[in-house]
Amino acid sequence: MEHSQTLREINWVAFKTIVYKEIKRFLRIWVQTITPPAVNAILYLLIFGTLIGSRVGEMGGHRYLDFIVPGIAMMAIIINSYSNVVSSFFSSKFMNHIEELLVSPVHPLTIVAGYIVGGVCRGLLVGTLVFSVAAIFVGFNMHSWVITVTMAVLTATMFASAGLINAVFAQTFDDTSIIPNFILTPLTYFGGIFYSIELLPEFWQNMSLANPVLYMINGFRYGVLGVSDMPISWSIGAVLLFNVAFMGLAYYLVSTGKGIKK
Amino acid sequence: MTALSIRSLVKRYDNGFEAVKGIDLDVPAGSFYALLGPNGAGKSTTIGMISSLIKPTEGSIKVFDVDTQSHPNDAKRYIGLVPQEINLNMWEKCEDILCYQAGYYGVVRREALKRAEVLLKEMDLWEKRHQPVRTLSGGMKRRMMIARALMHNPKLLILDEPTAGVDIEIRRSMWRFLEGLNQSGTTIILTTHYLEEAEALCNKVGIIDRGTIVEQGDVKALLSRANYETFVLDVDAYSILPEVDGFVLTGVNAESIEVQVPRERGINTLMTALTEANIRVFSMRNKSNRLEEFFLRLVQKGAA
Repeated sequence: MEHSQTLREINWVAFKTIVYKEIKRFLRIWVQTITPPAVNAILYLLIFGTLIGSRVGEMGGHRYLDFIVPGIAMMAIIINSYSNVVSSFFSSKFMNHIEELLVSPVHPLTIVAGYIVGGVCRGLLVGTLVFSVAAIFVGFNMHSWVITVTMAVLTATMFASAGLINAVFAQTFDDTSIIPNFILTPLTYFGGIFYSIELLPEFWQNMSLANPVLYMINGFRYGVLGVSDMPISWSIGAVLLFNVAFMGLAYYLVSTGKGIKK
Repeated sequence: MTALSIRSLVKRYDNGFEAVKGIDLDVPAGSFYALLGPNGAGKSTTIGMISSLIKPTEGSIKVFDVDTQSHPNDAKRYIGLVPQEINLNMWEKCEDILCYQAGYYGVVRREALKRAEVLLKEMDLWEKRHQPVRTLSGGMKRRMMIARALMHNPKLLILDEPTAGVDIEIRRSMWRFLEGLNQSGTTIILTTHYLEEAEALCNKVGIIDRGTIVEQGDVKALLSRANYETFVLDVDAYSILPEVDGFVLTGVNAESIEVQVPRERGINTLMTALTEANIRVFSMRNKSNRLEEFFLRLVQKGAA
């Protein structure tokens, strides 16, 4: 036992350990975690971008193929950061090896931060991969590196936090797929991956503003292409707000042991 | 110095069921303590509360004078836990599991790899270090859990039925390892259903029944209070069971007799009486070990 260490030092080592474990986990099962999003991205770009896109013409002042690339990359970031945490944390609950952490002197904040950073790493890795694949089709464009990276990181942390919340409440493996399939995927598709909300009737434009994913995709698209359906400040504000809410809730759940302690 | 001090500990679940009913328990530092009790007595719930997996309803727990509720993370640094159920990540490699566990206690990976090597060799698992846990046998998984609990050199090791389902050879090698660990200064709390294990290893015992501690103290002192022992004698075929004053004899079958021997009478008188009755005794053994008899009497008394 390292009694000369402070709890702060212990937690720093523990944080690095959780992140290392999470990264090693998703790299070990790369066939399930890394390859499918890249294949999906290629299919989307081929079918929607190249085949259908050539008939669509321009959108937001850009070729349709260019327009959908940021949305497809953001969708990969959202889905992967969420899935990584929900599956890893729920598995550790299901097999009870979450007890390894619960009996140790690791602070709940370290547990939450470790799992979120693990999810963010997968989200960003897959996002980068999708972007790289897309570059083959559209070449490499970047309006603002700072905004692109900020939006990618904040969106990944937000959805990794949401995945942790889902995992805490989940009782069965089915519970871990209900939200991704029935809430997250529709929100993502209606979040403007393939279209600008300017195409929608006014009522649906206003309805779309209630979809948080819209702000993220548009913020990211602004970073890449310099176009957005809304001011960039709205996107950054929304993603910051959801981050505070989701991270706060995730921390509350883990620190009070909801769903993980008897 | 007290390794573990529990006062008025209660666990009451939402449905009103009281699994632990206000127990007091003291485990001296350096001792090898057996926490015994029938199924559902409250042993695992108590261990869950000590290790912070279960929230106590009332009462206090101190580990080396650190309160587990006001300073949980300081208290946890002292404790190593081997739970009853196997809770290893089946997909991870043995060496990785040990290094992750060490990391949760602040041990950096470089140092953790050295400790993992020592413990894996000690547990005869070194050849399996790169294997996922799911490929290990049941006994190997049990040993992995002990190795995992020791990665941060805890001062208090809690083992909840560590040898359940383990064959006798491995069990005895685990005993030798645990004895050595205790002799090197680690306080050990052991729950087990093998009472011979508790009698062989432990110097202190607490017996818990229906959420209450019914007895605790030195193993030797408790055993000295046992006023009789039950033996099984293998004998010549007999037709009539003799009556021997002061002993209770029961026929098990035509060639075995069970006899309760009061401590004050001793065995000599019995043997003389059997010889006079022309019954030859070929061998003799304890029906159960002494701690088991003592335990059963206490638990049966509680049930009555």
